[in-house]
Amino acid sequence: MKKVAITGMGIISAIGNDSEENFNALIQKKTGIAPLQNVASVFTHKLKAGEVKKTNSDLIAELRLPEDNSYTRTALLGVYAAKQAVQNAGIEDINEYTTGLISSTSVGGMDFTEKHFFEYFKDSSLDKYITSHDAGDTSNKIAAYLGIKGYVSTISTACSSAANAIMLGARLINAGKLDRVIVGGTDALSKFTINGFNSLMILSDDYNKPFDDGRNGLNLGEAAAYLVLESEESLRQSQKKVLAYVSGFANTNDAFHQTASSENGEGAYLAMEKALKVAQLNKEAVDYVNVHGTATPNNDLSEGRALVRLFKEKVPDFSSTKAYTGHTLAAAAAIEAVYSVLALQHGVVYPNLHFKTPMKEIPLIPNTELKQKQIQHVLSNSFGFGGNCSSIIFSKA
Amino acid sequence: MKNVYINGVGAVTVQGVYDENFFGKETVPLNNVNYAQHPSYKNWITPAMIRRMSTAVKMGIYASQTALDDAQLTTPETIITGTGMGCLQDSEKFLRSLIENQEQFLTPTSFIQSTHNTVGAQIALRLQCKGYNFTYVNGANSFENALLDAKLQIQNSETQNVLLGGIDEISDYTLSLLEKIQHIKKEGESIDFKNPQTNGVPFGEGAAFFVLSDEKTAETYAEIKDVSVFNTPNKQDIKTEINDFLHQNQLELEDIDAIILGKNGDMAFDAVYKEVAEMFHKTPQIYYKHLSGEYNTASAIGFLAASHLIKKQTIPVMLQLNPIQPVEIKKVLLFNQYRATDFSFVLLSQ
Repeated sequence: MKKVAITGMGIISAIGNDSEENFNALIQKKTGIAPLQNVASVFTHKLKAGEVKKTNSDLIAELRLPEDNSYTRTALLGVYAAKQAVQNAGIEDINEYTTGLISSTSVGGMDFTEKHFFEYFKDSSLDKYITSHDAGDTSNKIAAYLGIKGYVSTISTACSSAANAIMLGARLINAGKLDRVIVGGTDALSKFTINGFNSLMILSDDYNKPFDDGRNGLNLGEAAAYLVLESEESLRQSQKKVLAYVSGFANTNDAFHQTASSENGEGAYLAMEKALKVAQLNKEAVDYVNVHGTATPNNDLSEGRALVRLFKEKVPDFSSTKAYTGHTLAAAAAIEAVYSVLALQHGVVYPNLHFKTPMKEIPLIPNTELKQKQIQHVLSNSFGFGGNCSSIIFSKA
Repeated sequence: MKNVYINGVGAVTVQGVYDENFFGKETVPLNNVNYAQHPSYKNWITPAMIRRMSTAVKMGIYASQTALDDAQLTTPETIITGTGMGCLQDSEKFLRSLIENQEQFLTPTSFIQSTHNTVGAQIALRLQCKGYNFTYVNGANSFENALLDAKLQIQNSETQNVLLGGIDEISDYTLSLLEKIQHIKKEGESIDFKNPQTNGVPFGEGAAFFVLSDEKTAETYAEIKDVSVFNTPNKQDIKTEINDFLHQNQLELEDIDAIILGKNGDMAFDAVYKEVAEMFHKTPQIYYKHLSGEYNTASAIGFLAASHLIKKQTIPVMLQLNPIQPVEIKKVLLFNQYRATDFSFVLLSQ
């Protein structure tokens, strides 16, 4: 495939409100995981999570939204990060080129639906939030805020969603359908997902420990991140600085179980293998793997097996950043795309926090200290419920 | 670039399942809320599974399998679905029980099945399809978003065939909220799809699946020429958007042999359909939501109608919005939007 340029990025997560803050936390080994505060739940102050520090009121004020807005937290985080990405790319007139938006979310406006579940029938002032539940409504709000008139799409493939948004964006640029596209994902924390993952018994009662033998589950997080992708033609005219390239990707299905990953990591293996093929790269070319690494016993073992199947005894430097941000579901692949670009720009492999003992089954050791080296290609993995496996390759500009 | 053909179709609708006589048989007049008429799922799904599965998954499995059978394909390479609201029944079930039980004693089954991509995932699982699997959730053009992706995949030789579907199910709680804000008509209110006199839509549910392929067969329904989706018109009006779309395809208004409109009986948002109908006043006009009801992926039933009439080369009486008859049906244009957003154009040809 023809590689596609990334010219802007925006991010908000538990470890910072922009790319720089996120990068500094990553290289200084500062986690954003802390006891749950802002979600009113029986788990408040008990479970650990990666919360964005800004409240809804903070975000509404900073985004200068009208008082009577109907933005849910997912939409607020999405608009915040997408706006930053557009600014970072130096875009002034959004419709100057054919520009699209591909967003992704798993919860949409669930945070408001669960808060007002019974009140909706008693209080008509809440009516405006009823249609905000819809996943597509989040994207339409981001598009409207940015002034995009044209192609708007939403993908929801659980925890791999944003990877698929990036992939689709790159394909639409290459197909000549769009000159520019803003791609990424947003998910707010909600009681729905907290209780869902809790009922599956895959939430850790401690800090999550990716790839450690004693790992006992994930911490949830909330975040949003977007990239601006541009066509060669649009770049020729704007002469913009390229941050990095999307050079390969693949989406496959594990076809094993609705939520669990197969023992041999079939879907993950196929996704990584195909992404390399699409990028026309040998596996030796991968300098760093930003693994999905949720720290559930099932994911890390399955992903680890897939890594060993593909790379044999030469598994590249790898780390999971989930111990910093928590698992941010539909936004995960987007924030990790930003981290991958920053890794390429700064030539660093991030430390994988809380790792002590290799897994009994396969003795893989993630990178645990900040490592500086030349990085040409980063492979980023994201997997989700429904067997959805996605891998993307980011390459140095 | 490869051509993209529709080689198989299957559907579960408010009017029952799709077969050859679907657009000729007697129809059920719509109420304000219309549930799908389900087939027996016994031959397809084990009884234990039927009890656990939501309406969306059951309809999806039936419609996808009949589309595959119709196209004589065992396993598709790629699965792409669109759903506006996803698996609402399981989402609501989990949400209700977490609220009622104060976040205690929850079982994960309905949470597991609540993700938007559940239908696509369940189909991949039963067909052991390890290929590309995407789910679009962009409101009323979710299906067309999936269609655009499917077309690109085949066109660029990324895959040879795609199992494509649009699915949405009715679920009690969301239904009552949509009734409250009058997006759905009140019980007993007049329903007129040709000239709506009341606000809100007659609501429905359903699943329609299609097998798309780069190969034309003796049974091919139609060819997909172009797809466009957008949140809101960028040009001054919808007429300019349509003209530009046609010109991109080297076509003029007169080249369109039939226009299929997503008229949904909502007086408040009918003006744009009237405008387009006026634009195509010499062209045979078709409507279909009086059969399917309105829901986020109801436009997939319009796509089904288009496939059917191009193959049969006749416009069934029940679909005729105006009395103009075509000489031949070579080029068909579909137009849909919902509440002034989530627009789509689809161009099909013989």
